[in-house]
Amino acid sequence: MPHTRYLVVGASHAGLEAVTAIRHWDAEGSLTVLSREAHRPYSPTILPYVVSGRSRPERVALKDAAWFEARKVDLRCGEEVVSIDTAGAVARTASGTEWRYERLLLATGAAPAVPPVPGLADVRFHVLRTLDDALALRDAGAGATTAVVLGAGLVGLHAAEVLAKAGARVAVVERQAHALPGYLDAPAAGIVEAAFRDRGIALMTGRTVSSVQSRDGRPVSVTLDDGGTLPADLLLVGTGVRPATGFLEGSGIAVGQGILVDDTMRTNIADVWAAGDVAQARAFFGAAPIVNGILPDAVEQGRIAGMAMAGDPALKPYIGGLPINTFPFFGRHAVSVGIAGEDDPSVEIHRRLDARAGLYSRLSLKDGRLIGVCTVGMPIDAGVMWQLISRRVDLAPVKQDFVVAPLDTGRALMSRLWR
Amino acid sequence: MPSYETIAFRAQDCDGCMKCVTACAQAKSGADDPAQSRIQILGAAGKWELALCRQCGDPKCVSNCPSAALAKDAETGVVAWDADRCVDCLLCTVGCAYAGITRDARVGHVSKCDLCDGDPACVKACDRGALTLNTAARIHRRAAEREDLFAPGLAACQGCNSELLIRHTLRHVGPNTVVATPPGCIPGMGTVGYNGRTGTKVPVFHPLLTNTASMLTGIKRYYKRVGRDDVQVLALAGDGGTSDAGFQSLSGAAERDEPMLYICVDNEGYMNTGMQASSATTYGSWTSTTPVGERLQGKSTEAKNLPVVMMTHNCSYVATAATAFLEDFYEKLDKAIEVSKTGMAYLHVFAPCPTGWRFGSDRTTDVCRLAVETNFFALWDYTPDAGLTFTRPTGRPRPVREYLAGIGKYRHLSEGQVAHIQATVERKIAHLRRFERTGA
Ligand SMILES: Cc1cc2nc3c(=O)[nH]c(=O)nc-3n(C[C@H](O)[C@H](O)[C@H](O)COP(=O)(O)OP(=O)(O)OC[C@H]3O[C@@H](n4cnc5c(N)ncnc54)[C@H](O)[C@@H]3O)c2cc1C
Repeated sequence: MPHTRYLVVGASHAGLEAVTAIRHWDAEGSLTVLSREAHRPYSPTILPYVVSGRSRPERVALKDAAWFEARKVDLRCGEEVVSIDTAGAVARTASGTEWRYERLLLATGAAPAVPPVPGLADVRFHVLRTLDDALALRDAGAGATTAVVLGAGLVGLHAAEVLAKAGARVAVVERQAHALPGYLDAPAAGIVEAAFRDRGIALMTGRTVSSVQSRDGRPVSVTLDDGGTLPADLLLVGTGVRPATGFLEGSGIAVGQGILVDDTMRTNIADVWAAGDVAQARAFFGAAPIVNGILPDAVEQGRIAGMAMAGDPALKPYIGGLPINTFPFFGRHAVSVGIAGEDDPSVEIHRRLDARAGLYSRLSLKDGRLIGVCTVGMPIDAGVMWQLISRRVDLAPVKQDFVVAPLDTGRALMSRLWR
Repeated sequence: MPSYETIAFRAQDCDGCMKCVTACAQAKSGADDPAQSRIQILGAAGKWELALCRQCGDPKCVSNCPSAALAKDAETGVVAWDADRCVDCLLCTVGCAYAGITRDARVGHVSKCDLCDGDPACVKACDRGALTLNTAARIHRRAAEREDLFAPGLAACQGCNSELLIRHTLRHVGPNTVVATPPGCIPGMGTVGYNGRTGTKVPVFHPLLTNTASMLTGIKRYYKRVGRDDVQVLALAGDGGTSDAGFQSLSGAAERDEPMLYICVDNEGYMNTGMQASSATTYGSWTSTTPVGERLQGKSTEAKNLPVVMMTHNCSYVATAATAFLEDFYEKLDKAIEVSKTGMAYLHVFAPCPTGWRFGSDRTTDVCRLAVETNFFALWDYTPDAGLTFTRPTGRPRPVREYLAGIGKYRHLSEGQVAHIQATVERKIAHLRRFERTGA
């Protein structure tokens, strides 16, 4: 039975960052990474660009073989973990290999959550989470004249833009009242929606799909809850993701929405950690733990898990997941960090909106501290804002300047803080 | 892991002239438009701040990049950006706390500092010295590449900076050297040797406390006479051996400007023999001969200001240094080595003593830094022609209380004594300023 000190399952942002962190502290301990993917490690976030052709699939690898070699990491591609025996500290893969580990990291990410729509199970529809998904969608998109996208989240909107640019007539169905719910506030989403509609993409917000019709296993039309129908020779489901925890059945590892972890990303089992889209961890705002499901947090959690696994004394506990996103659309950007706090009367909200020019900014402050920023079409340093929010920097002394010029004031503040 | 050059910023030296910003915009986009500069100076007069890529050792922008468009170059240390791979998603900007990678709307993607192939336009444009290409790392590496001329296993106390100091000194001075270590911690830690073997790979001897400078004078003159004027003579002495018993011979050598390099490692007392006071012990210090009791509250007189005394002798070069600022020390050491071929170079180096002064052995560098930042121990150098130059700013010192607070030998100080020390620090700085070079 092969034995390894560190076993990392999943070779994406969380897993690779953990590898880096482990090697900062422990240069030698045997380290094995198991990836279900046949491809070299890549990021799911790159996939819309693979579909559009902007990124060539052979150029998306996050790290090359030399990177793993230099770090003495044994990367095994095409190895899917199918069960874990936590009592024996053994992970079994689909190929039948059993790996004995001393410390285990689960960084298996998330998989598309497909809603129970009548007829959907009988047709060939697309999702977008793996490189193979992207290649299939790219090929299908080239021939499609009409496409329906379920969900106006990051995946759905990215794909809708790409499909529209490829020449298809695209409709997006979103159950919530506006696009990118949870990421953008309503005015920002309004600008994004307008940009999509301007390019002929039908955005049906506040609607659900009640059934899918097909012919010869191919989708032909989609019926909405209001009775309307949409033609569809390509159907993409982008209604969200679910942490990839299926293989943990019977392992004793506690799972809520995702794998439940503490502030060092440790699960309820002492020698098992989890990080990234698969993990459910402390939230920065609010008491209930969340699956944050974003790339920067996968990196952050991966680093913490790696440090904890290696016993690095420099480890600082997780401060909690903070929503943060950048959304590029038609060459423009929406950026959102933190929360809007619209339902909290003690939150001071400063908005500027020029809907015609497509420009928007919102700053949310509570007790003199920043809790959220959202901009469209305006320069903003998301990382600086993240620091100001997460460090709870007191902005009272510079509030006037900050509200007028958040960019420069934020930069000057951070520069001073760092010195 | 190799060490890299980065651009360092000294806010106190920046006057907001924006020449760096223009130079960068010119170099990178051929335009004067400050928005196209990758370095930004922000804020207002007197408190300028910087937004610039720090070329992080563990860059979050790289970790956050989904397209492998960013990578830290192992050779140069530059966080390099690949236009061909970039998809303009801005996730890199999420990771950066410095606003060092930002979107340039005119070109439609992020841009960041690339250090101009190691010769940054902004640094060249800065005529105030606020921006420097920080070569500290390279200098450390250079020092490490040279042969360590001390044997392994010297037994200094935990946290003592003298071992670091003497090893790096001898790396710079080189093997063609005769070293004198009068009684004190430096021979005490084993440099003169045990059991008939020396602790150095060069000739080393143990003069009396009184005669270090005169013995080195004789040795140097002998070598000169036999045609080996290239032999360097070096003293690694403590403050006792320098400013008390050793002072007469030192003063004579300084008066004659004897070619030698004399380094005084100042731990403000006789720390290896039971922590007795020396003339270099500072006012208020507890030592075993200046105890704290009913009448006495530590040393009641000021320290002899030896570096200033040496400045007013006939030395060719005098400087002070502290190991929290190693680059500064190396620069002075190199100057001193050069000068000592023809005249006397005297370096006075600050060596806080965790054992004798009673502070945590992990705090030595912090104590050094605070001593400098409070002006308690100012860094400067002096030549008769150029006068005195401060090598660290003295304009906005921290209160000396911050320095005294963490050190056990000052724990008993009354408010009045602290105020007295603060006043002394200010008086000493004002005194030093009178030796400063004025005008160009
Ligand atoms: C189209 C798209 C666009 C996105 N855009 C953004 C964006 O703009 N901003 C943002 O912040 N985030 C975005 N995301 C989300 C982001 O990609 C994820 O948050 C991030 O990839 C999470 O990293 P992870 O390492 O936790 O998991 P993943 O990246 O999902 O990686 C998990 C890996 O584990 C492997 N694996 C799973 N199960 C097993 C098993 N049993 N055995 C072995 N290997 C296994 C998987 O194959 C996969 O390679 C986007 C995602 C998609 C799909």
